[in-house]
Amino acid sequence: MTAQTEETVAPDLLYSEAEDDLRSTVRSLLADRSDAPTVIARIESDTPYDPQLWKALGADIGAAGLLVPEKLGGQGASHREAAVVLEELGRSVAPAPYLTSAVVATETLLALGSEDGPVAELLGELAAGRKVAVLAVPFPTAPENSSAAEAVTGTLDGTVTAVADAAAADVLLVPTTDGLYAVEADAPGVTVEPLVPLDQTRPLATVTLTAATGTLLADAEAARPAVRRGLLAGAGLLASEQLGLAEWCLTETVRYTRERHQFNRPIGSFQALKHRMAQLWLEVVSARAAARNAADALASGSPDTPLAVAVAQAYCSKVAVHAAEECIQLHGGIGMTWEHPAHLYLKRAKADAIAYGTAGSHLEAIAELMELPAP
Amino acid sequence: MTTIDAAELRRRTRELLAAHPPATTGRTDFLRARFDAGLAWVHYPAGLGGLDAPRSLQPVVDAELAAAGAPDNDPRRIGIGLGMAAPTILGFGTDEQKQRFLRPLWVGEEVWCQLFSEPGAGSDLAALGTRAVREEADGDWIVDGQKVWTSSAHVARWAILIARTDPDLPKHRGISYFICDMTDPGVEVRPLRQITGEAEFNEVFLTGVRIPDSRRLGPVGAGWKVAQTTLMNERVSIGGSRIPREGGMIGPVARTWRERPELRTHDLHQRLLTLWVEAEVARLAGERLRQQLVAGQPGPEGSGMKLAFARLNQEISGLEVELLGEEGLLYSDWTMRRPDLVDFTGRDAGYRYLRSKGNSIEGGTSEVLLNIVAERVLGLPAEPRNDKDVAWKDLSR
Ligand SMILES: Cc1cc2nc3c(=O)[nH]c(=O)nc-3n(C[C@H](O)[C@H](O)[C@H](O)COP(=O)(O)OP(=O)(O)OC[C@H]3O[C@@H](n4cnc5c(N)ncnc54)[C@H](O)[C@@H]3O)c2cc1C
Repeated sequence: MTAQTEETVAPDLLYSEAEDDLRSTVRSLLADRSDAPTVIARIESDTPYDPQLWKALGADIGAAGLLVPEKLGGQGASHREAAVVLEELGRSVAPAPYLTSAVVATETLLALGSEDGPVAELLGELAAGRKVAVLAVPFPTAPENSSAAEAVTGTLDGTVTAVADAAAADVLLVPTTDGLYAVEADAPGVTVEPLVPLDQTRPLATVTLTAATGTLLADAEAARPAVRRGLLAGAGLLASEQLGLAEWCLTETVRYTRERHQFNRPIGSFQALKHRMAQLWLEVVSARAAARNAADALASGSPDTPLAVAVAQAYCSKVAVHAAEECIQLHGGIGMTWEHPAHLYLKRAKADAIAYGTAGSHLEAIAELMELPAP
Repeated sequence: MTTIDAAELRRRTRELLAAHPPATTGRTDFLRARFDAGLAWVHYPAGLGGLDAPRSLQPVVDAELAAAGAPDNDPRRIGIGLGMAAPTILGFGTDEQKQRFLRPLWVGEEVWCQLFSEPGAGSDLAALGTRAVREEADGDWIVDGQKVWTSSAHVARWAILIARTDPDLPKHRGISYFICDMTDPGVEVRPLRQITGEAEFNEVFLTGVRIPDSRRLGPVGAGWKVAQTTLMNERVSIGGSRIPREGGMIGPVARTWRERPELRTHDLHQRLLTLWVEAEVARLAGERLRQQLVAGQPGPEGSGMKLAFARLNQEISGLEVELLGEEGLLYSDWTMRRPDLVDFTGRDAGYRYLRSKGNSIEGGTSEVLLNIVAERVLGLPAEPRNDKDVAWKDLSR
């Protein structure tokens, strides 16, 4: 792609009626099953994920199979719909392995292009919400650096650090120099050691393989672009999670500052606060355009996708962190408490800013794509 | 709304082109014919330059005309008339006013300016003190006062004017809205030199200016309500056309970066990339707004776009001056000129940097726009006010 390339088709930046319907279904499910007290109780339990919630979201609503074609057992929808689900998951900081399993692992498998055999079979299981799979790479891995994902070799020996949602996974997709392997999480020689994560709603683990066996899904040549594509979809749709998160923070802050009184006035009538919230609103509106653009590019297979994803990540990460930080500050003391959910959002936002490439690494990608080189 | 669709508009546009071939028709004649064919602003009523068609279909007409090489009405030169006077006249004018003013306004034969701001009333526009007193004998209004920062007053034939008609009422209620003839005796326009060296705006002194009652817009005392229409249109001026990537101010900076490797530093690179992303995101947000309008679901985003572009223009032009280094220390021309229109891209980086400072002041300051977003979009409580029930004449000034 050259700097002067124009998008060929105008991106559709709106939500369709079907997407709006999907949103209200997911939102009411999450309101029911994953309100703030539930999330707080969950992060203090031994099982970070609620299997009932996952079943309702992944299987009953069919959200797990949105990206998977119908003939492989999925919904045959697209990244646009998956993005809407992620907006809602961000809005409720629900602990669910959606981004890692239903997006990154699923997209990686889809990119292998197999219509039958183990890949198709696994996709069917993922689409039905019967299994969870994660790509065994460190959570911060950027799409552009996906070659760094190769942590093990030949005999499936090695260690992968900071793998998101590995604790919830039935299957680990392990990129190696030989190719991509599917390894059962409970197979001999596999240990998944939970870490204490900053973002308690998304568990991290160290995965260690010691003479473990797995199924070879693709050779190295086919695996590399597939892993890259999986991470690209992850980074692109993470922007929608960040959007939903930021939107919750803004809405809650507006609600709270209208009700809270100090100096005989609602604090939301003080201009110093109003301007900060208006500024956040502008950022959220802009983040929505960027996130929709990335989702639409992924869905339509646009040649513009790498740029659209990098722009969305470089922008939306910062907006989410800013919104969560403002949320805490404008809530005052209550924002610092464990009971109030604001901290969950800050932890998620900050971790998301590192996930699938930092804003800085996405800026580097943009510099390359747009021919704006460093000195 | 009629049943006019894109195909029908295309047909009518071709008819216009066949009857008035651009190659052999004079510019003004062509524009008049276009107005009379209802293809000027298709969402306006029939007989007033439009066809009662959906606004979203204007690009169909524009594309046909551009492809045929037809002249356009130079919307930038007549921005105030087109963007502010016209919708206000359409909304509040009498039939005679609409017939008299809209056609020459659109064609560009008559340029308009906006006599709103005063030395003592900018953001607090409703505090204005210019007086309009009605004569018993003939009902004409006699206007006295001073306006300021009036863009294009030196080229304008007409002005939209707000003046106080009842100082005994609270400030918002004693205002009326007029159309002022800038060629009338008593109207004096003095250039006001600005930060860029040129005089794009003016001071306007009004001394015993006589305005017939037939040039009042809306009822006596309802001027503030009428002005709201003008101001709303001033701020939501996102056009119907798509902006290409790097279409705004970031374009020249990105080109300089590509062509002049010797200017690159690491610090500038980081800032360039960050601003590049923000410019691209603002472009996408504008595009999303456009799609919402086309889909008939206008969102409140419009109020935010001016804020975003004001900040971006300032930061990008500031970066551009620094990127140019030694060249950035120079300025093309400090001559005091009185330009017909603002041309951001035609001048150098220093000019862009200085002129863009006005983007966060003109048409409502960024602070005032943030207040509007906070109160009208987010529903945050208004500031406590102490001027609401006090007669204007009793307010402290
Ligand atoms: C290039 C340019 C062209 C213009 N063209 C025209 C024109 O054609 N016609 C016309 O009528 N006017 C025109 N204006 C005037 C413009 O509309 C006013 O300058 C503007 O509304 C601000 O008013 P002010 O200059 O009196 O500043 P003030 O209102 O005195 O503001 C000074 C500062 O105080 C801040 N402030 C004021 N009130 C508040 C508040 N409630 N809360 C927070 N902060 C506040 C402002 O944001 C600003 O930073 C033009 C101005 C410029 C710069």
